Amino acid sequence: MIRKNLLIWITVISSLIFVIQLASLQLSGDSFNRDFAIQEISVYPERGLIFDRNGELVVANQPMYELIVIPENTVEFDTVQLSNLIGIEENVLSERISSAIKYSTKLPSVIQSQISKEKNAYLQEKIWLFDGFYLRKNSVRDYIIPFASNVIGYTGEVDQKDIISNPYYEKGEMIGKQGIESYYEDRLRGVKGKRYFQKDRFNRIIGPYNDSKKDISPKKADNLTLTIDIKLQQYAESLLKNKKGGIVAIEPSSGEVLTLVSAPTYQSNQFVGQDRSINFQSLLNDTINKPLFDRALQAQYSPGSPMKILNALIGLQEGVIDESTSFTCNAGHYYARNAFMACHNKFGTISNLRKGIYNSCNTYFAKTYKMIIDKYDSPSLGLDSWSKHIKSFGLGDYLGYDLSIGKKGFIPESNYYNRFYGNNRWSAATTISNSIGQGEILTTPIQMANFASAIANRGFFYKPHFVKKINNQANISLEKNITSIDKENFEVVINGMVDVVERGTARIAKIKNINVAGKTGTVENFILIEGEKKQLTDHSTFIAFAPAEDPKIVVSVFVENGYWGSRWAAPIASLIIEKYLTGNVERKWLESRMINGSLLAEYEKPYKFQNFTINE
Amino acid sequence: MNRLSILKYDLVSIGLYIGLVSFGLINIYSSSFNGYSTSLLDLSSIVGKQIIFFFLSLVAFIFILFTRNKFFDNSASIVYFSSIILLLGLFFFGVERGGARSWYALGPISFQPSELAKFGTALFLSKFLSIIQTDLNRNRDILIVLTIISAPLILTTIQPDPGSALIFLAFIFPVIREGLNLNYFYFGLYIILTLLLTLKFNFLVSLAILTIIFFTYLIYLRNKKIKVSLLKYIFSFFILISISFSTNYLFENVLEQRHRDRINLVLGKEIDTSGIGYNINQSKIALSNGGFFGTGFLEGTQTKGNFVPRQHTDFIFSTIGEEWGFIGTLTTIVIFSFLIIRIITRADKQPNHFRRIYSYCFASLVFFHFFLNVGMSIGLIPSIGIPLPFISYGGSSLLIFSLMFFVYLNFDSSRLKES
Repeated sequence: MIRKNLLIWITVISSLIFVIQLASLQLSGDSFNRDFAIQEISVYPERGLIFDRNGELVVANQPMYELIVIPENTVEFDTVQLSNLIGIEENVLSERISSAIKYSTKLPSVIQSQISKEKNAYLQEKIWLFDGFYLRKNSVRDYIIPFASNVIGYTGEVDQKDIISNPYYEKGEMIGKQGIESYYEDRLRGVKGKRYFQKDRFNRIIGPYNDSKKDISPKKADNLTLTIDIKLQQYAESLLKNKKGGIVAIEPSSGEVLTLVSAPTYQSNQFVGQDRSINFQSLLNDTINKPLFDRALQAQYSPGSPMKILNALIGLQEGVIDESTSFTCNAGHYYARNAFMACHNKFGTISNLRKGIYNSCNTYFAKTYKMIIDKYDSPSLGLDSWSKHIKSFGLGDYLGYDLSIGKKGFIPESNYYNRFYGNNRWSAATTISNSIGQGEILTTPIQMANFASAIANRGFFYKPHFVKKINNQANISLEKNITSIDKENFEVVINGMVDVVERGTARIAKIKNINVAGKTGTVENFILIEGEKKQLTDHSTFIAFAPAEDPKIVVSVFVENGYWGSRWAAPIASLIIEKYLTGNVERKWLESRMINGSLLAEYEKPYKFQNFTINE
Repeated sequence: MNRLSILKYDLVSIGLYIGLVSFGLINIYSSSFNGYSTSLLDLSSIVGKQIIFFFLSLVAFIFILFTRNKFFDNSASIVYFSSIILLLGLFFFGVERGGARSWYALGPISFQPSELAKFGTALFLSKFLSIIQTDLNRNRDILIVLTIISAPLILTTIQPDPGSALIFLAFIFPVIREGLNLNYFYFGLYIILTLLLTLKFNFLVSLAILTIIFFTYLIYLRNKKIKVSLLKYIFSFFILISISFSTNYLFENVLEQRHRDRINLVLGKEIDTSGIGYNINQSKIALSNGGFFGTGFLEGTQTKGNFVPRQHTDFIFSTIGEEWGFIGTLTTIVIFSFLIIRIITRADKQPNHFRRIYSYCFASLVFFHFFLNVGMSIGLIPSIGIPLPFISYGGSSLLIFSLMFFVYLNFDSSRLKES
């Protein structure tokens, strides 16, 4: 009977509807935002410190302040006064406030970050006038020693890309953007912790949430010890002042990078503080000097004459020449019909291998190269064998060092020429430039230092790297990369390199009581000006290691448009070696000539929109 | 005959009653907990006050159990008319709280006569309906029933406390149970449907739907060969159309803005999480925060943050939902439904008309409170200030509901003893 059971049915039906609604509310997961009740505050560990190889503190942290707003807690205020106080434009301020409101009216947003200690002291006295605004202390980088910035890099606020690619990061947090700061971000930042607070409906914190049981304490960051010798770095940077180029110094017995200079460069401190974005823009806009471009890692140059060393080693290994093989140079030679390669050696000079090296005879190595290629049935086979040898020295490869920028360089293989000229429709003569490090080959200064390292070690190298220890624990296990050249073939070549300094092209690099092995290079180069290819003054380059019998340091120097190798690169390398091995430089005259010497006038030439002379 | 024979009482309902009140105390404690542990017996605290009223109720329990049920029969009109007088007196001696003159205050004790009126109406209505001469097919008697119910309803409405007044509609259930033509009930449902359709959509849509329903029903009747007075149906159809037509006018001009907002929110015509929709939205957040198992006693973040206004009175269900989860809300709903159905089925066994109708009135009152309160807390019904019986904080409510419950127990035990 409907009458009798009406209320029972209504009770059952409404209870069922309630249960369904409750199930959809309570069992569906998180359809409602309950951020309003719990405030999550991240606790950041101090970013890891960075020391140089001798334990000198290079990078530390300093306190900075951020101006925070919680839009809901604000009352009407004078935007003009506040913007004057912070030192930003009024419309910038109101823009930031409205974007904060858009983000959340109840959660804190940063209005101005990187406020210095001094400015904070001043702001603290006034900010209480503005309800809903407060200053929060945080910590930013302090680059105590302003050198090796291109190695150390810098930090910056995470951008949208960082947040998307790594959910660890939240808006406003800092991340390593470049260099060691970026590569070792995970170690340097530690792991942030969380604290939870209970809020009431007026958005006020009323105490810790759940007796802080859910809080997560931050994980301490790791401290890094670099392989860089910051004193040597500083010295090397001073030597490249007013020049463009790169210097790389490596300890060959370990692959530890002692110095990596790129000039011109920036200073990490330019990325700290309120002027950060202005500095960044001006660095970015300097398209002529490209200070953000690391020439030691990213600049791909033709290697020039140092390549002759590798060709000598390959010639020996392939058995096409030996120590006593001699060639005659007639201030150059015809390597093919009507094709003459000039050489600075005098007409009729007869060179054996050693002499060929220390006099840097183009003829000698062109002939050697031709023999290497022609040893095989086809130029393709010959070139591929040659290129395999070259690559075993780490050329044409990223090398795998612990910085995230770099360039591969280029070592041609047969298919490159086959594509260009047709299958085997080319010969050793076609590719003869490879013999003297011109032509298609491209290398970076760190690759040059690395192959010099392999020579210094007589046949192997360790991957170059920048971090020696993490929290006093050795960073990486050393893996020996063995070249394709047998150990016994190195001695004669190294003797030739010692002669380069003793009596050859780089006598200026000679250091008292130390046997320096080196090889100069003078690299032709071109630039496109309004679609027209123009030759510029040669690059000056030099690779060296010392002491030759038991090398402790390898240096590769590249000075753009410095003309011949011993004019800039060789003296600079030599000074660095002397400084590193003896701790002191006796040749003050050379030192001051290098430090004070400027190539700025040379660099301006192509931009003056008039004809200019080169190699003067 | 042993009057104390304990087996002669509805022990299950007593157990559920004690369970609900205790659970209520726990949740009142939690929702008024400010982070400092205060003694439960601190009589100045909110829980302390509620405990006092609980003890007062238990004292009343003893008296009521020993009262012969003829006494309630005789005092029905006294309770009813004194509550009506008290309601009238509010306009002269009442205290205004939250915009409504619905309280008497005597020192620290305050009392809400509309609660007493529920009890009085239950008794008086039962008494009238149980008179042998009463015939609900007679217009005169229908009019008297209407007057009994509308007197407290109207007096409460003009306090103004339309929310509490709504409760008196619960008495429609016992009247239907006692023989009111079901067509009145259907017609009532039809009116509510008309109102909702018109508010949710517009006059034309509701007209179309109503017409379809009306003609489907007519065809159904014709097929069943049921003879009806077509004139009566067409007349009621036009009444509905005119209601629908005037709904918007009434809605826009008679209701206040806050009422309009509440209705619009439930109909989904407005979405507002900070203004008027704040209560219900926060209640929903608290509920969803509870999940299946709840956050645990005193661990509800929304409860602790006092996000839900009136959470120890009208919105106590959100605290239950947050701290005890789906398990807690499900249990509460099951207990209420079980209790209501148990009272109804036991009432049906009553040989005595007065006692049966009273028990039915009581069950209807519990149901209506439960329905409106829970429905509001979970966002199905517009926000109305109705307490959850036995659980919500509020002395008058707890005392009156306890009294009504004990009277039911008394009646029920009499039945057992007589059989």
